[in-house]
Amino acid sequence: MQRALAISAALGLAGFCLFPWFGVEYGLFEPDWIETGGLLSEAGAPGILHLLFHGRLLLALPFLSLALVLLSAFDMRFLQGRERLLLAGLGAALLTIVAPPFVERWTGLEFLADVNSTALGYGAMITCAGLFVCVAIVWSKLGLGNRDAFTIASIGLVLALVGLFVFYPILHVLVQAFAPSGGRGSITSFLTTATGRDIWGLACLSGGRSCGVAINSLLLGVMTASSTTLFGLAFALLMTRTNFPAKRLLRALTVLPIITPPFVVGLALILLFGRAGAVTTWVSQLAGIEAGRWLYGFWGVWLTQTLAFTPIAFLVLIGVVEGVSPSLEEAAQTLRADLSATMRTISLPLFRPGLANAFLLGFIESLADFGNPLVLGGARGFLSTEIYFAVVGAQANPARAAVLAIILLLFTLGAFLLQRRWVGRKNYATITGKGDNGAHTPLSSAHALTVHCLTLPWLALTVVVYGMILYGSFVKLWGLDHAFTLDHYREAFGIGWSDGKLIWTGSGWGSLATTLSISLIAAPLTAALGLLTAWLLVRQQFVGKSAFEFATMLSFAVPGTVVGLSYILAFNVPPIELTGTGVILVLCFVFRNMPVGVRGGIAAMKQIDHSLDEASLTLGADSWQTLRKIVLPLLRPAIVAAIAYSFIRAITSVSAIIFLVSADHNMATAYIVGLVENGNYGVAIAYANVLIAVMLAVVIAVQLAFGTRRLRRHERLAKIAAAPVRA
Amino acid sequence: MKIGMLTGIAFAALLASVPAAQAGGRLNVLCGADEAWCTAFEKAFERKTNIDVSMVRKSSGEILAQVRAEKENPKVDVWWGGTGDPQLQAASEGLLEPYTSVNKPDLLPWAQNFFEISGGRAAGIYAGALGLAYNKQILQKKNLPAPKCWKDLANQAYQGEIQIANPNSSGTAYTVLATLVQIFGEDEAFKYLGELDRNVNNYTKSGSAPVKAAARGETLVGVSFMHDAVTQKQAGFPLEIVAPCEGTGYEIGAVSIIKGARNLEYAKLFVDYALSAEGQATGAEAGQNQVPSNGKASVPPGAPDITKIKLVDYDFATYGSADVRARLLSRFDSEIKAAR
Repeated sequence: MQRALAISAALGLAGFCLFPWFGVEYGLFEPDWIETGGLLSEAGAPGILHLLFHGRLLLALPFLSLALVLLSAFDMRFLQGRERLLLAGLGAALLTIVAPPFVERWTGLEFLADVNSTALGYGAMITCAGLFVCVAIVWSKLGLGNRDAFTIASIGLVLALVGLFVFYPILHVLVQAFAPSGGRGSITSFLTTATGRDIWGLACLSGGRSCGVAINSLLLGVMTASSTTLFGLAFALLMTRTNFPAKRLLRALTVLPIITPPFVVGLALILLFGRAGAVTTWVSQLAGIEAGRWLYGFWGVWLTQTLAFTPIAFLVLIGVVEGVSPSLEEAAQTLRADLSATMRTISLPLFRPGLANAFLLGFIESLADFGNPLVLGGARGFLSTEIYFAVVGAQANPARAAVLAIILLLFTLGAFLLQRRWVGRKNYATITGKGDNGAHTPLSSAHALTVHCLTLPWLALTVVVYGMILYGSFVKLWGLDHAFTLDHYREAFGIGWSDGKLIWTGSGWGSLATTLSISLIAAPLTAALGLLTAWLLVRQQFVGKSAFEFATMLSFAVPGTVVGLSYILAFNVPPIELTGTGVILVLCFVFRNMPVGVRGGIAAMKQIDHSLDEASLTLGADSWQTLRKIVLPLLRPAIVAAIAYSFIRAITSVSAIIFLVSADHNMATAYIVGLVENGNYGVAIAYANVLIAVMLAVVIAVQLAFGTRRLRRHERLAKIAAAPVRA
Repeated sequence: MKIGMLTGIAFAALLASVPAAQAGGRLNVLCGADEAWCTAFEKAFERKTNIDVSMVRKSSGEILAQVRAEKENPKVDVWWGGTGDPQLQAASEGLLEPYTSVNKPDLLPWAQNFFEISGGRAAGIYAGALGLAYNKQILQKKNLPAPKCWKDLANQAYQGEIQIANPNSSGTAYTVLATLVQIFGEDEAFKYLGELDRNVNNYTKSGSAPVKAAARGETLVGVSFMHDAVTQKQAGFPLEIVAPCEGTGYEIGAVSIIKGARNLEYAKLFVDYALSAEGQATGAEAGQNQVPSNGKASVPPGAPDITKIKLVDYDFATYGSADVRARLLSRFDSEIKAAR
């Protein structure tokens, strides 16, 4: 404890004394900074020099309180009886660094301008981190809230980060919903926009041509979530409860759709089912029907979303389905339940947390999806595309965009509350640490037939679609001139030799390198933050927990366009100035994809019995050790899923990064969108295939590195013949 | 002193770049043109001036949204390429820096006119006319007459065969709307659009989507800029391009300097180059088919011959203004989309 205190105080002081306090104009990598005086110039000075020579006296507070903590870490007498005072000092120090610029921005008051006129830099960041950990440790020492330092620090950390990188930026956009317009006050103009017929119209239900955008999105969300959950469950059962021969192949195939950059699948579907598509032409000749355009609209979007999001449901459900202990199912069969009754009364209810989470994720993904409605939505408006065009369209209307974003958020909130009601307070823990070496019961023949009927067509379609995508990158002009060529790959990823040096002649290398490095940085951070949050939500009790849980879901539900725009509005000016850097992309990905880690972690953790944690705590471990030695090893599948998925989402996201990419940090998808917009499909698809290959390699590597957890000595499936004989 | 320097160097090696802008000798450009042209122009300018250009391509609407969002602390110096309409909006909102280039006298009259309308804040670099493109194969298969005029499209025979973008989301489609109003007069134009509506199978979100759909046979006729259609045709699709007999409107692609640009002097050099005959020649080299604004620049061989097209005298000042735009769009919404 004392060591932790000393280390964190030393860290804070190091940040204060050694790093430039404010953001350095050209970055620490650039020589400009050192040429202009480095740490000794006023702009690049660390906190301590600002305090001593540049008259920023308020900075004495962080310095003194950190020094005091460091002293007390070596000699506890400094601290004895003065903890509260110290805590107040640390808190005040944090506030003097962080609060003024924000207050200034929101109120327009100019106070303490000398302290915070420019963006905060590394020095301030590190000092804040040190102060923060010290606060948590001292707090736990005081016994306030009856928690150990790790728990307090985690709760505080997650809250602070979510507040800063989710709420703070999004507020910038949402307040625009209440901007007065057309002579109306803020509330009335909000209500007029929010209740319009273009948003809530129900005409399509009664035979009209189109519904309001909110209704379209809601219908689509429910349908997509239902279908993806159903397919996801079918795949999870196929993997665990049948003797399906090609399970490895199946696993790879189910991962393919999530590692596909958006709109590529849409394009393949157009070539299959569009009016001039291969399947359409064949069917219309066969049946003599006029070829139609059903693909452009609700059903086309639903089809692509089902193809694309089923794997997410599968990833959530496979952990849960594997985790259900066979002993309960065996008990049911011992009590003479047949296979389908066991499934109905034991297994399915135990899958509930998984089903609920899969449905919630499917619903939110569908609402926030941008690429598919754009390519296939036709004239039909959905919330995500309408928001985009309200921001960048011919008639920019930020107020309408904000109103639509609020409606989208309300839908998410509704789904979230419903999901919690349905899962309820029941106990789903079946991983208890007790002897558990049973075999999973197989599916009854009727269930097995259903599962195969659902999964095999999906698999066939996926194989065809990906076969076409691969094929499309090797032909001159997809859909027209099918002569074999390697030109597309050469154009994007050519390598040449010049003067004995390797030169990257392809146009895609730069964006590929940026994309990979940023995604590789973001993925572990996302997974760590997500699982930490999940652990807090499942294992710790604190005030406002459900509001906290919803807050962590928020960034996932906000459409990418809104996130991107809000990040520019919030982080383009001091105190936190990040636009044009790679950091803003990393942050955007971490906070946008964190909910995946949270949901997966929650579903997996709910299965792990409390008694395991308690045993560890009783034996004297603190909560950090318990998390590390007991919970994390049991969470391996969830960790793998979280890392892999956040990596993939970082690579494939489009709408969030459109505003955030800069010339030095261009992302692959933004580049591909540019190619597609100009009809350069060959190169776009070739690039997409390279991305797919890279992602597949990374996913496999993560899988191998972390492996699977071992719950039982053998994972096995009871032979059908061994099923209990009916009496 | 030395220690300070050393720690500085050590940390510089350790840490990635902190919030930062570009150093001198560099220029930040947002490109609204075709990716291939963006790259070609960047390389040509870098070769000529030795200035390190950072350029990224975004759509014009996205660039406008970004410039608006960043106005308190702009990170971009130059906005190059893409339809000029959003740049006129930005100019009227005071987001652009006025600059008169040395190459201005070489510009063609329509570009001079555009420069005046923008208040000297944006200069035209190319023009592209609106047109129709139809798929030859489908036309033969369905045995339909080839459309020659705007009015032809309202013919019942084309029921469900025409695609056009939605002017609420697409600048291209707004240009179509404004063009029709200028040819037929407002009431007559909306009456025509109402008739056309029966034949439209899809109001797409993106402006160039209709010609791409026509290229692949997903629709018979697409309405869009002719140079977009030329690009598809050159790729090998069976497209026929038509300049409507009643006359047609056009867009002017533009270049402008962002107000508060950090590298103003370099930005001016960039604009000079963008308006020079040499700079505009990069378009043809990159496979573009627009007509350049500099009278001395060579016209791309594939470009629609603008002397043979009947162009309307497009009134950028009136139809670029926020009031007229809002009125036309809301009228489109209530009269055309209400029928849906």
